Amino acid sequence: MSGRIATGLLLGWLLLVFVFIFAPIVASVIFSFNSDRFPTIPLGSFTTHWYDTIFADAEIGEAARNSIIVSLSTSVIATTLGFATAYTDYRYRFRFKGPYLALILLPPTIPLIIMALAMLAWLSWIGASGQLWSIIIAHSVLTAPFAMAILRLRLHQIDPDLEAAAWNLGSSEWRALRSVILPFCRPAIISAACLTAAISFDEFAVAWFVSGLNKTVPVIILEIVQGNIDPQVNAIGSLVFLTSMTLVVLAQLFFIARVGRA
Amino acid sequence: MNRFALVFRLPIIVWQGLFFLGPLFFMIVMSFFLVKNYRMEEAFELKNWARMLTRGYVWDSYWYTLGMAGSATLVATLVAFPAAYALAFRVSAEVRRWAIFLLIIPFFTSYLVRTFSWYVILAGSGVINAGLGTVGFGPYTMLNTPFGTVVGYLTLTLPLVVILQTVALANIDQNLVQAARNLGCSPPRTLISVVVPLAKTGLIIAALFCFILSFGDFVAPYYLGGSKPPTLPILIIDTTKSGQQWPRAAVVAVMMMLTLFAIAATAIWLAYRRRIAS
Repeated sequence: MSGRIATGLLLGWLLLVFVFIFAPIVASVIFSFNSDRFPTIPLGSFTTHWYDTIFADAEIGEAARNSIIVSLSTSVIATTLGFATAYTDYRYRFRFKGPYLALILLPPTIPLIIMALAMLAWLSWIGASGQLWSIIIAHSVLTAPFAMAILRLRLHQIDPDLEAAAWNLGSSEWRALRSVILPFCRPAIISAACLTAAISFDEFAVAWFVSGLNKTVPVIILEIVQGNIDPQVNAIGSLVFLTSMTLVVLAQLFFIARVGRA
Repeated sequence: MNRFALVFRLPIIVWQGLFFLGPLFFMIVMSFFLVKNYRMEEAFELKNWARMLTRGYVWDSYWYTLGMAGSATLVATLVAFPAAYALAFRVSAEVRRWAIFLLIIPFFTSYLVRTFSWYVILAGSGVINAGLGTVGFGPYTMLNTPFGTVVGYLTLTLPLVVILQTVALANIDQNLVQAARNLGCSPPRTLISVVVPLAKTGLIIAALFCFILSFGDFVAPYYLGGSKPPTLPILIIDTTKSGQQWPRAAVVAVMMMLTLFAIAATAIWLAYRRRIAS
């Protein structure tokens, strides 16, 4: 049967594509437990040495603290902006709505290196570069569209009569928002917060340009990689991966499962 | 408009105006500024533009970046298509959902760490060459070559391209495909005359994303491609970080933006163009 051979070939190709995509991820986790400074075949012995050294490194600890502050603040700002915009889009019609939505949705289509240069130049011109909050400002711009998209999808599922019913029963617009819209959106809000935090936690180009002396974890990785072959990168990478995946799985649990069902 | 509405509408206008449009607009203005004694001065001079546009190395970088990003887009499209086809038509919906979930995972692993991983895997004494050496081949030089750059670009873009292509293919009306088969169309002919045209919009948008990401990436061409010649993003970094020549870096950035606009406009026009019945 030629059909079966074709299917076999296609599935084999699919498998190869997955191998290509996951090879570097799996390899970095394996290398992080490998004793050789420069991993090759056959592998060296099992060690947790690289994890010990990064936990002992004060600079990496400082960077981890910076990263946590940046990604948490970013997620709060981006999710707030995303919610306000998604709600406006859901409820109101007005002139220039197209350009209004473009304003929040366009940043991901601009290459990060260009955003990095533009942010650096502008923030230093207004005297706001080189601070931790410079990164927070930049990351909020970059991640707000993702929060907006998730929240807009959720608002798409609400019955518009619910809010109207609350108004008719005498509640103010604020009260209706708090008692009807926000509870309905809660899973999406948590999901958007996790997702924006995860994106911010991984971003290095813009953070590298505007951070000055306040380095985040990805910026430290960039600097280590520039220097030499250092397996500590694999250990840091594996921990970052673990953190991001936890956030994504949380986002998934709170949102994607429910949207699928609703 | 009441206060309630304003509270929700204004924040994003103010925020993106200050921190998205502001920076981009300022960057364009800055490309006309001058640098004297390592300090930027407000001016309106064409000197940076004249300098950058007449330098051979800038145009070498320009065409090299365009060529590499274009090659990566072509390779990613061709490599992803059979995989997306398999996911769209040859597996159950359950498997497809899991596969797409797996394809999202790479976005949350550090791209830097994945590139570093490839560096170790592809090196002259790395995993691949060590493996090939035991059966008597190699070693092959894979780092600091265009091959290395493309491997890096694909690491960044391939998962997204597979996802977008899968969605495009899965949305095709199966009745049309079945009709072509029933009317005696061979499988290859069905693929070319029915499946690809129906999925055209999604396939082109996937390629466009691949191009934008590759065109703007500095990690792959720097660490895996050896930066010879530097791509435009590397040129921006070098000009900004080492020479304090921000205005000249801004010229390169504006060149990149204009190029991307032109390519995106063409791609979108191609993607949504109605086919004239022939």
